[in-house]
Amino acid sequence: MSGAPHLLTAREAGLVSCTRCTRVWPAGTSACGRCGKPLVSRDGYSLSRVWAWWIAGLMCYFPANLYPMLRTQVLFTVSEDTIVGGAIELAKYGSYFVALIILIASVAIPIGKFVAIAWLAVSVRRGSRARPQSRHRLYEIVEYIGRWSMIDVFVVAILTALVQLNIAASIKPGPAALAFALSVIFTMLSAQAFDPRLIWDRDTSDDGTDRA
Amino acid sequence: MHDTDIARADPAELIACPQCDALYRARMPEHGARAVCARCHTVLIAPKRRAGMTIIMLAAAVLVLVLGAVWFPFLKISRQGFVNEATLLDAAMSFTGGPLLVLSLAVTALIVLVPLARAVLTIYVLAPVVFDRPPPPGALRLFALSEALRPWSMAEIFALGCAVALVKVADLAQLSFGPAFWMFAALVFLTVIQDRWMCRWSVWHALEQGQAARRERAPA
Repeated sequence: MSGAPHLLTAREAGLVSCTRCTRVWPAGTSACGRCGKPLVSRDGYSLSRVWAWWIAGLMCYFPANLYPMLRTQVLFTVSEDTIVGGAIELAKYGSYFVALIILIASVAIPIGKFVAIAWLAVSVRRGSRARPQSRHRLYEIVEYIGRWSMIDVFVVAILTALVQLNIAASIKPGPAALAFALSVIFTMLSAQAFDPRLIWDRDTSDDGTDRA
Repeated sequence: MHDTDIARADPAELIACPQCDALYRARMPEHGARAVCARCHTVLIAPKRRAGMTIIMLAAAVLVLVLGAVWFPFLKISRQGFVNEATLLDAAMSFTGGPLLVLSLAVTALIVLVPLARAVLTIYVLAPVVFDRPPPPGALRLFALSEALRPWSMAEIFALGCAVALVKVADLAQLSFGPAFWMFAALVFLTVIQDRWMCRWSVWHALEQGQAARRERAPA
């Protein structure tokens, strides 16, 4: 019972499927007659787009961590916090749980995503010993979880709107907020550009049921 | 195996898994049951009884709640006699000045405009179908748009952000929830339930058939 049952794919049947509305058309059809999405049996440019967004996302991720995210002014003292610095500050005051949420959402998830997307893209090219089921599961997790990194940007937005108490306390956003938001958006686009059908293709040809 | 005859079947009767390309004969399962891809376990078809009406009602509720949540304050802060209230729009537009203005627009889109647009599109596309009328013009394209917007609708993430913000400034000042916060919390639930009820294949199928019927009725 190892591995999934072998199923005929649309491509092997000489058909092309729409990934948006799941309608099937004869091979060579250029756009889905139902939802209008351009049809490709396997997106040849998928990996190039994945890597392009991936690099853009990574380039934004560095300034997002180096520059301050928040500029807090309480009475006459001003302090600037980076993402990690802010989480450490929170932990110092005893709110370990929230510090953990922030560390997971803004450090662990983005880095995990960069690694996961890169590994998936490389494994599609080079092949991998990991079962396609596990790789597909990983892809689903990346797709689902990516949006949640936006939480830190929203927290900054909420605090900036809310904490405007004249000289008693005020909070302003730092340049890292923009860089971080861009990084999250770029990695979401990178994950969306990936064609998960590529994960399963090599599996099929390994079975010996090759299709020229 | 069914391999040979499935390849010869009319493509309109088939369904391919959008995640792994496995090919199946599309058959409507029982209400409440789900057709799942045997290879990658993606849910392909999952119809529910009276789903159309439920989804429209939920979309209408989302519409009202988003509009309400925009105008009422959602958090109130006080420290040493200074008091401030923030509405959703304040939060969305808080990044002012220079390049951060782009961020303001993006945040507004993610937490207000996209959820709003999806609710309006859902009602526009599905309401005629539920009342046995032909789908409105452009229904297929607009439903496609609504689907494309799905990952960019981040209302539920914003709600969790409120909770984090609350803890973050707890030592700085006193915070309390305004009415819009509870509207937003309800909104999160409604969006999740709506997503559960929506069987995308059924919608595509119904829209396609409606469109075909409409074309037949209108002679050139």
